[in-house]
Amino acid sequence: MHLNFENSEDKLIVYMAGELDHHSAEEVRNIIDDRLERDSYNKLIMDFENVTFMDSSGIGVVIGRYKKLHMRGGKVCVTNIKSSVKRVFELSGMFKIIMLYDDIEQAVNNI
Amino acid sequence: MCYNKIKIEFLSKSQNESFARVAVAAFASQLDPTIEEITDVKTAVSEAVTNAIIHGYESDEEMITIEAIINGTELTVIVNDVGKGIDNLELAMQPLYTSRPDLERSGMGFTVMETFMDSLEVKSDKGRGTSIIMKKIFNPLS
Repeated sequence: MHLNFENSEDKLIVYMAGELDHHSAEEVRNIIDDRLERDSYNKLIMDFENVTFMDSSGIGVVIGRYKKLHMRGGKVCVTNIKSSVKRVFELSGMFKIIMLYDDIEQAVNNI
Repeated sequence: MCYNKIKIEFLSKSQNESFARVAVAAFASQLDPTIEEITDVKTAVSEAVTNAIIHGYESDEEMITIEAIINGTELTVIVNDVGKGIDNLELAMQPLYTSRPDLERSGMGFTVMETFMDSLEVKSDKGRGTSIIMKKIFNPLS
């Protein structure tokens, strides 16, 4: 899985590309957490536009980042989710606590 | 009646999760599935194989076997490990339950398999391993 980072003021945006499963989840988690710590971001936008496959490991990755940032008053949201990924997230009831936006612009303006 | 069968074996390395789901999806493609149906199968296989790797074998590297059978419009996928087995199956199958909270797992594996396939059966013997038997009926395109 490939990750690209961008920032918009105090918000970190991570563009993910590839397949998010148990194998890739650990690396994704470590790289994002490193970046969050290094530059002390409190707001994270996770972009799924180029995520071609995701199983329940993806739920753990998003909820894990949420727990981490929520403890220090931060926020996590997800963007550009396609229907196959959305169906997995919906099973967990995750959208009760994590906002979903159509695109990066909306996310940047709202969190 | 169309009948076909494959059997694959691979080491319980996490790198093989993508191999396993793609192999089963390629086999299932002869049923002319929709993209959504094939994604369902890939996701369910990925969950079953991940369970075998994380829970069945923990850190050991042992063989995982997958059998896939096409019978008419029905696909059966059987994922077997000979690992440690499941202590409490009823608890393990509850949504959001995970025996490994340290791993940041969501506890949704069995729920995903149940939702994305038409049936799910789990057989587990402590110390002897686990078999996950999943079925899905494909709707012919015509």
